[in-house]
Amino acid sequence: MEIIQHLSDGFFIAFEPLNLALILLGVVVGLFIGAMPGLGSVNGVAILLPMTFLVPPTSAIIFLAALYYGAMYGGAISSITLGIPGASTAVATTFDGRPLALKGDADKALIAAALASFFGGTISIVLFTGFAPPLASIALDFGDQEIFALMLLAFATFVGLSGDDIPKTIFSICIGMVFSSVGLDIMSGEPRLIFFDIIGFMHGINFLVLAIGIYGIGEMMWTIEVSRGEMLMSKVVINLERIINNLKELLQTWKIAVSSSFVGFFVGILPAAGATPGALMSYGIAKMTTKNPEKYGKGEVGGVVAPEAANNAASTGAMLPMLTLGIPGSPTTAILLGGMVIWGLVPGPRLFVDETAFVWGLIASLYAANLFAVIINISFIPLFLWMLKMPFTILAAIIFVLSLVGGFAPTQDMHDVWLMLLFGVGGYLLRKLDYPLAPAVLAIVLGPIAEPALRQSLLISNGDITVFFTRPISGPITVIAIILLLLPLFKLLKKKLVPNAT
Amino acid sequence: MRILTTKLILTGFAIAVSFIGISIFGEAVAGWSPKKPVQFIIMAGKGGGADKMARLMQTVIEKNKWSPKPLTPINKPGGSGAEALVHLKQAKDPNHTIMVTLNSFYTTPLRQPALGVDIATFTPVARMAEDTFLLWVHKDSGIKTVDAFIKAAKAKGKNWIMAGTGSLQEDQLLTDFLNADYGLSMKYVPYKGGGKVAKQLAGKHANSTVNNPSEQEGFYKAGTTVPLAAFTPSRLEMFPNAPTFRELGQDRVYFMQRSVVGAPGMSSEAAAFYQGLFEKVYKSDDWQKYRKKKSLMGDFLSGSALKDYWKKEREIHRSMLKKMGAL
Amino acid sequence: MKRAEIITAILMAALSIYFMWKSAELEVGWIPEEGPGGGAWPFWLAAIMLLCCIWIAINWFRRSSPPSKSDKPFMDSYAVRMFLLVGGSVTAMIGLVHFIGMYGAIPVFLIFYIRYLGQHSWLTTLLISLGSPIVIFFFFDIALRVVLPKGYLEPLFYPLYDIFL
Repeated sequence: MEIIQHLSDGFFIAFEPLNLALILLGVVVGLFIGAMPGLGSVNGVAILLPMTFLVPPTSAIIFLAALYYGAMYGGAISSITLGIPGASTAVATTFDGRPLALKGDADKALIAAALASFFGGTISIVLFTGFAPPLASIALDFGDQEIFALMLLAFATFVGLSGDDIPKTIFSICIGMVFSSVGLDIMSGEPRLIFFDIIGFMHGINFLVLAIGIYGIGEMMWTIEVSRGEMLMSKVVINLERIINNLKELLQTWKIAVSSSFVGFFVGILPAAGATPGALMSYGIAKMTTKNPEKYGKGEVGGVVAPEAANNAASTGAMLPMLTLGIPGSPTTAILLGGMVIWGLVPGPRLFVDETAFVWGLIASLYAANLFAVIINISFIPLFLWMLKMPFTILAAIIFVLSLVGGFAPTQDMHDVWLMLLFGVGGYLLRKLDYPLAPAVLAIVLGPIAEPALRQSLLISNGDITVFFTRPISGPITVIAIILLLLPLFKLLKKKLVPNAT
Repeated sequence: MRILTTKLILTGFAIAVSFIGISIFGEAVAGWSPKKPVQFIIMAGKGGGADKMARLMQTVIEKNKWSPKPLTPINKPGGSGAEALVHLKQAKDPNHTIMVTLNSFYTTPLRQPALGVDIATFTPVARMAEDTFLLWVHKDSGIKTVDAFIKAAKAKGKNWIMAGTGSLQEDQLLTDFLNADYGLSMKYVPYKGGGKVAKQLAGKHANSTVNNPSEQEGFYKAGTTVPLAAFTPSRLEMFPNAPTFRELGQDRVYFMQRSVVGAPGMSSEAAAFYQGLFEKVYKSDDWQKYRKKKSLMGDFLSGSALKDYWKKEREIHRSMLKKMGAL
Repeated sequence: MKRAEIITAILMAALSIYFMWKSAELEVGWIPEEGPGGGAWPFWLAAIMLLCCIWIAINWFRRSSPPSKSDKPFMDSYAVRMFLLVGGSVTAMIGLVHFIGMYGAIPVFLIFYIRYLGQHSWLTTLLISLGSPIVIFFFFDIALRVVLPKGYLEPLFYPLYDIFL
């Protein structure tokens, strides 16, 4: 009952005219920042942080949280309409969102993404409201061993699924991981893989550089070649019947939405993991549990619902360790944390006791931001569909320009733009030979989490590898991950031994 | 339609020309001030201590409109700050390039001589603070004094885990101090940021840390972690029960500088502008409040005094790194 | 396509070997009591990459992967032309940024692409190629404070900074 009392107090704060206006503004700005390839919630929050000094701290964090939410919704938009994931969290959304758009079902994919995001966000906020402090202590129990086990699981769900060309998939994962290790070896403090001693490699290879290169340039060149300059996307005609049919189809995916929301939330609250592994695992689970897995990757609504429900659930979840422990669960929450410090708030275990008004105002505004985000997102869908109607020679040119600007913006270094071009051309050539590239993009996100966790664990255990199996949480996760990793090998063996098994 | 476009273009052109005119004639204002947005390089990643401070300074400047053009923060954490140092050294427009630094300002050029960076050529702007370090343990360990800490760490030998930020940087230097002074063999495990380090301790994945107060503040207030002693000349107001190592007979004082530095080759007028700007920031209520809250020490330094301070610190770090075998 | 598959596999194998060699600048073995050294992670992953390339080559010899069976050319004349025109113009745009900045390179690229590759009317071309830099300027330079490079055109922007910043 105490919670309901707090929450209604919170709503009074969230619905103050200034705060309400800031929620609206934050959602709209976030939506566009998220929809822009290259800019995600991290950039949006970091860049607009100083602009929040005009308002009191509670309003400021409400604005930034709304922006965060809007950007999470927006990330799906560029994944679906342009095929370029705006942020790592939206990579999994391209798997089915892009094929849907190419089939002429962009409206279905966009609505599915919006509603799934809303669903995931809502479940997550409810869990947040009810169980924040106890969940925080679970998050604290996650040490390096558990984080590594979790990363292993994220990869396993992915490897176990993509079975087209096994050596090429493994190659793609490994090259992504190698790229992710460029820069600095944090354990020894030594520079690592600084190719040709070019100073720009010192900051490592940013995920966005690879993603924009592959999707914004490589994939675009591939599309131009395959389409022979003709329009590839069939035009979308919206009418009431179509909308109703879309919604009916969407309703059938409710199970996926529920499971993905829970998976997303729990992965999200773990420090360091963030929303990307959550979205990836949900996609994997959805594909594994469905009756017709062969449809996934070719334009299945469930394949959009799963990652979108999960990444929104995870982004709310990531705020939990930030508020209750002062540990950011994702890069964006790290910046929010910085903002709170600037405004004189001390995130951590005492926050819920010392700053009740702030905490509950924020939670209530998350409910409001989520609601506004879905409404605003859906009302902008015609605009995004109109963009798709542009002649391809114009759309492609604009995408190249956005890739250039988007590749530059995060690090503000031309080195990254050149690297992006290189990845684009390389990605285009590999794409023609059926090398899957999404695994590389995901590997570059997960690699920098997995490697230090592995080495820190081993350092702590004096090089004893059994530590991953003997701890209560990491043990079962590691075992499941290894089974999933070996699954394709078993399938292969089975195929060899029983040639007619398929 | 076509006529309208032509008209628009012409009007736009006319407006542009008149503005160029204004800007040329408006030049004669006293003193130098930035003509374009100032690159405000941060020598560390997003969300870290240096980043938070840089964004606070930027916020204070914007709030009071002290700079006619905004400071635009750019994180360049690559190679422990090597990338940022080289960027500054090669700055095309030194008058519009400044940087927030920490102690990697000394250690990185020493450890990577190939960069060819000499920090004595950089333009001193302002020392805004010195961050302090304390020795922390978890409250469940039952350790309340440094003596008890030594006893426990000795018993565990190399299984005593000291978590810290980065490798061969501040936290590891301090760990080495402690190992040398008290004959311990604690194992140092590096993490990416102070926040992660603090979490390792709170989650009992590490036995001790040497965090800054700002990194442990939340857990300290909740009673989860306990400061044992401070690497400062005198006790900190916030932690009156934690003695200094000096009181305990070990002369170990170590700070993390929080300074602003200009690119080499910055004109003296521009340097004067930034020095004045950051002095205002230093004196602002916001900054003073922040200093107090985060137990920061170190007064405002600028000009040649700051340069002398850098040279002195660089030598101190050189000898420390040598002792560790890192040079 | 057949030839491209094996050539790519060889090139990727060479790349893997380069990565392994570069990783070996740091310790790649197992340090007792500590676990893997600093170069181990990329080194062994690159080794797996190399194995994958060998595997791909074996599949090629056995003709068991689709590209190794295909007789279609890897790039026909249309593909080569598109690759050179599109890839070349994007490369030129990025190169131009160093001289005339984003706001010079973007309109030049858009005019070339929309007018000469897309064959659209001059009105459409000019509207988009002059309109998008303006939108980008207000969004990035003004609203987000991400100052895009201006190259030698920088002085032209001083008056704009005076007004909007």
